[in-house]
Amino acid sequence: MNKKFSLMLLAFGAIAILSGCEPLTVFNPKGPNAQTLSNTIILSIITMAVILLVVYVLFAFMLTKYRASKASADYEPPHEEGSHVLEITWTVIPIIIVAFLAIVTVKTTSTVETTPEGYDNKEPLVIYAASSNWKWHFSYPEQGIETVNYVNIPTDRPIEFKLYSFGPITSFWIPQLAGQKYAMSDMLTTIHLAADEVGSFMGRNSNFNGRGFAEMEFEAQSMTQADFDQWVKDVKANEKPLTEEKFKELLAAEHVGRSSYSSTHLDFSPAPMAHGDMDMGGMDHGDMDMSDKDMNHEDMNHENMDHENMDHSKKDAETHSH
Amino acid sequence: MKIDSSLPLEYSTEENRLKIFGFWVFLGAEIMLFATLFAVYFVLHNRTGSGPNGAEIFELTPVLLETFLLLASSFTIGLGVHAMRLGNKKAMMTFFIITLILGLGFLVIEIDEFVTYVHEGATITTSAFLSSLMTLLGTHGAHVTFGLFWGVAILIQVAKRGLNPQTANKAFIFSLYWHFLDVVWIFIFSFVYLKGLIS
Amino acid sequence: MSMEELFHPLQEPMILGAAISIVVGAVVVVAGLTYFKKWGYFYKNWLSTVDHKKIGIMYIAVALLMLFRGGIDALLMRAQTAVPDNGLLDAQHYNEIFTTHGLIMILFMAMPFVIGLMNIVIPLQIGARDVAFPRLNAVSFWAFAAGCGLLNLSFIIGGSPDSGWTAYFPLAGTEFSPTVGNNYYSLALQLSGIGTLLTGVNFITTIFKMRAPGMTLMKMPMFTWSILITNVIIVFAFPVLTVALALMMLDRQFGTKFFAMTDGGMDMLWANLFWVWGHPEVYIVILPAFGIFSEVIATFARKNLYGYKSMVMSMVVISLLSFLVWAHHFYTMGHGVMVNSVFSITTMAIAVPTGVKMFNWLLTMRHGKIQFTTPMLYALGFIPIFTIGGVTGVMLAMASADYQYHNTMFLVAHFHYVLIPGTVFGVLAGYHFWWPKMFGFRLNEKLGKAGFWFIAISFNVAFFPLFILGLDGYARRMYTYSESTGYGPLNLLSFIGALGLAVGFALICYNIYYSWKHMPRNEKADVWDGRSLEWATHSPVPEYNFAVVPTITRLDEFWFAKKEGRDITAGKIEKIHMPNNTGTPFWTSGFLFLAAFFAVFSLWIPAIISMLVVFGFMAHRSFEDDHGRYISVEEIMETEKSLRGDK
Repeated sequence: MNKKFSLMLLAFGAIAILSGCEPLTVFNPKGPNAQTLSNTIILSIITMAVILLVVYVLFAFMLTKYRASKASADYEPPHEEGSHVLEITWTVIPIIIVAFLAIVTVKTTSTVETTPEGYDNKEPLVIYAASSNWKWHFSYPEQGIETVNYVNIPTDRPIEFKLYSFGPITSFWIPQLAGQKYAMSDMLTTIHLAADEVGSFMGRNSNFNGRGFAEMEFEAQSMTQADFDQWVKDVKANEKPLTEEKFKELLAAEHVGRSSYSSTHLDFSPAPMAHGDMDMGGMDHGDMDMSDKDMNHEDMNHENMDHENMDHSKKDAETHSH
Repeated sequence: MKIDSSLPLEYSTEENRLKIFGFWVFLGAEIMLFATLFAVYFVLHNRTGSGPNGAEIFELTPVLLETFLLLASSFTIGLGVHAMRLGNKKAMMTFFIITLILGLGFLVIEIDEFVTYVHEGATITTSAFLSSLMTLLGTHGAHVTFGLFWGVAILIQVAKRGLNPQTANKAFIFSLYWHFLDVVWIFIFSFVYLKGLIS
Repeated sequence: MSMEELFHPLQEPMILGAAISIVVGAVVVVAGLTYFKKWGYFYKNWLSTVDHKKIGIMYIAVALLMLFRGGIDALLMRAQTAVPDNGLLDAQHYNEIFTTHGLIMILFMAMPFVIGLMNIVIPLQIGARDVAFPRLNAVSFWAFAAGCGLLNLSFIIGGSPDSGWTAYFPLAGTEFSPTVGNNYYSLALQLSGIGTLLTGVNFITTIFKMRAPGMTLMKMPMFTWSILITNVIIVFAFPVLTVALALMMLDRQFGTKFFAMTDGGMDMLWANLFWVWGHPEVYIVILPAFGIFSEVIATFARKNLYGYKSMVMSMVVISLLSFLVWAHHFYTMGHGVMVNSVFSITTMAIAVPTGVKMFNWLLTMRHGKIQFTTPMLYALGFIPIFTIGGVTGVMLAMASADYQYHNTMFLVAHFHYVLIPGTVFGVLAGYHFWWPKMFGFRLNEKLGKAGFWFIAISFNVAFFPLFILGLDGYARRMYTYSESTGYGPLNLLSFIGALGLAVGFALICYNIYYSWKHMPRNEKADVWDGRSLEWATHSPVPEYNFAVVPTITRLDEFWFAKKEGRDITAGKIEKIHMPNNTGTPFWTSGFLFLAAFFAVFSLWIPAIISMLVVFGFMAHRSFEDDHGRYISVEEIMETEKSLRGDK
């Protein structure tokens, strides 16, 4: 059947594209976080390809062997209730596969949600990334500078992006450095990443937020610590401080070009609290139709909360030291 | 229409049995509706913004009165259905009328409660907490209001047509609805008012 | 709102063109009905019918109409993105189109198609004379139709919703979406949602209480099982939507603070509520398709369904899990590792029962005698294509990896790979399978098969490239992209696939016309040599479905009776009680439509007056003393004779 072959061809074609030729953005990571995700995705694709193969072979077998045109006119198919052995087999094997992938998921999710390996002995650089309309504001509390629509990071330090939004939910994504995360108006979220090498990467909002969404891109540039320090120095020396008035003007604008300032908006317009800090008793995971699940949620949040609290005190300490 | 006289009047025809079963399924949907409203309330009940919280606006006396009226009405409608099974049309109607009057009393107090909140500056637009509170209470109140009209319609039909499989079926289904509203209120009383007053 | 603002969408030439064609179409229909003096016929036989078969046909007619509306949206989207920096549509227009495409395809195409098929088939499969509440069924349909009409009106008057079919807050709030578009969203979905909820109540009662004597739950056909489970999901999931939409309306039109950015509002609460309904909704449209495939594969492999019990069990497990996975739609909102892990595991767990079903279908064909009819082609095409959707679903379920797939074309490709081979192939298989039962003639097989091949191949051409684009960092919902991204060639390929899909659907429509003209009438009752009860009665089905309700002793009773030479429809004919037709559901929903329309524009007084009329109709219904009517034995004999004699 030509459809089946064309499908197979497509599947193999995809694998070929994924593994060779010109690497797709997601498979071209430039930092440990994105590398972990790329490996996870390739592993899952291989696992899934095996499953697809089993189904396709069975399917092809059934269609070629049991078609009416091959059977004699008086062939009467038998009555078959089912088979416990077979049914247990195709329940247990998928459970094993799912269990395997579940372990991979839990492990990799916790990996990308913490300071990247190999960088954990260094103090992370905290950058606040806030979206408004169709632009991004980046504040460096440690350096006391702010940029719009571009972000520079040093290569040999772990970075923590603290995300929030001055409007609709957006999603902060630099695919070659890390997976994405939402930026919301009422709570702070965190992306951990690090850049292994110097380069310029596409960053964008991937969550639809209205008319100017398609153009909501920014450039993320990684540079050596020396270059980064020089750039900070230049900004501090040459750019004006960000006044409240100017910031309001920026917020109201739809699209703006790049700009830099020698102070941050965090001084007069602080970021919202981190996820979990806000309503201690409440469950911030929305709907609680199943009360037994709620309990789990709360337990989990406490863990999460402690973690976030620690981050906070660390960050506060940094801010105060400057 | 086949009438099975071994069963109570409200169950006596096939159509009646379908309607009662169907109404139970519908109540399943109603449970989900209120469960969702409760979930919304629990998520938002600490998010008072610059407005008051529950402890600041809840008053125990009217709430206790509302609870008493509604519980009593649930009891009287039970008596009404009992009277209906005994074939006593007059007693049945009397109990249903008492039920509706108690329901009306509940509604009057609830409206008064809302008016008081608004006078205290606690409106549905003040904060997420008040939005969720008033939507939950309002949905329940709207159900009671609808029930009052429905109950009156059934009473008129019983008065005009007497107790027959159709009217008995309607009255019985109405009683299920009324009991359900009572159960919802018990949850509101415990998890909204009492919890709010304690914290 | 000034008149100019009200009709601002009409300033767009493309919308003006569409509006004019709608008006012309409506005028033609009205003129035609008037000219041929068919108003009476139309009102009596369709608008006021309570017959489940006719209501089902009306659902399917709306679904096909909406398939074209949603399909044109899709073509426009693919045309706009076919080349970089295209200027065919502007951002606003594109945003409206992808929003309505999603809403229409899920709620006004997939849902009515599924509900239409269940309306036609379920009472026949369980040997019932109608559904439990025939009038309520008509109310369901007309409420749904009112919602459908309202949403389609939005693009002419006032502007369509434009914040995605998910309508996330705060984007969907008045601050960022000041037009009435999202008012249409909340009210149109509310109306159709209420219709669907009532359908759920109706069919649960029907299936539980009205089965033919002897048909225990474990002797029900698989399609009936799938519909029972689907309706249970409907009854538990749709009230969540009802509440979510009500809160949306309160926030937008009454200033409440549920999802607001200030005063304690929580934007992600909407996302949670939406997906607590939204994920089960996916299974509401896919489980019936699974049921249809089970029937079709068993029929055309000429073998009983393999692993019946595990097929039922797996659907029950899927339905339970469907309520426990909603947060996988926003792994990226920043809840902790633990929460994401739990939802990853529940999501991946769904693959297990789905896999069980897949293998059972494959094993049903073993030792079978497979006939490649059009419905069977759809069922067979489903297996390899849906498996791709399924395995990519497992990939997306992995929270960490999802940080890279979320909001990209990879996700778009995945859910089209699930919903098109799943739902669309399913309903098309059912549509070709049961068409002769509905109308008494077959659809042409050659055209049907050509349609299938066009759709199956073009589908892969249209959507496989999107997987690759997604992995290349192409975010969904972008109205355009620059040439430097390199997304151009694959997008162009996808557009070509979309054109092929359009040809396939056009063939399906042409087939209606062709078969109506050329196919032989008075097809026998059992066209496909079927297994379940719907094939035991005549085609087309008489109003009362079965002159004598058959007694069931086992699964596939009809199949075994045929082999043993028994006639299960033989027996003594008695008079049959049937409900009377009534126009009230139509008029009630008409006023419901008016109330919702006025509410969209916050015109509260006319809205309340319309609502009072609706309540008036309800009260009228309560006081009405309508006991239905009886069809006499002579009349039944007459009908049976004419239906049998023509064969």
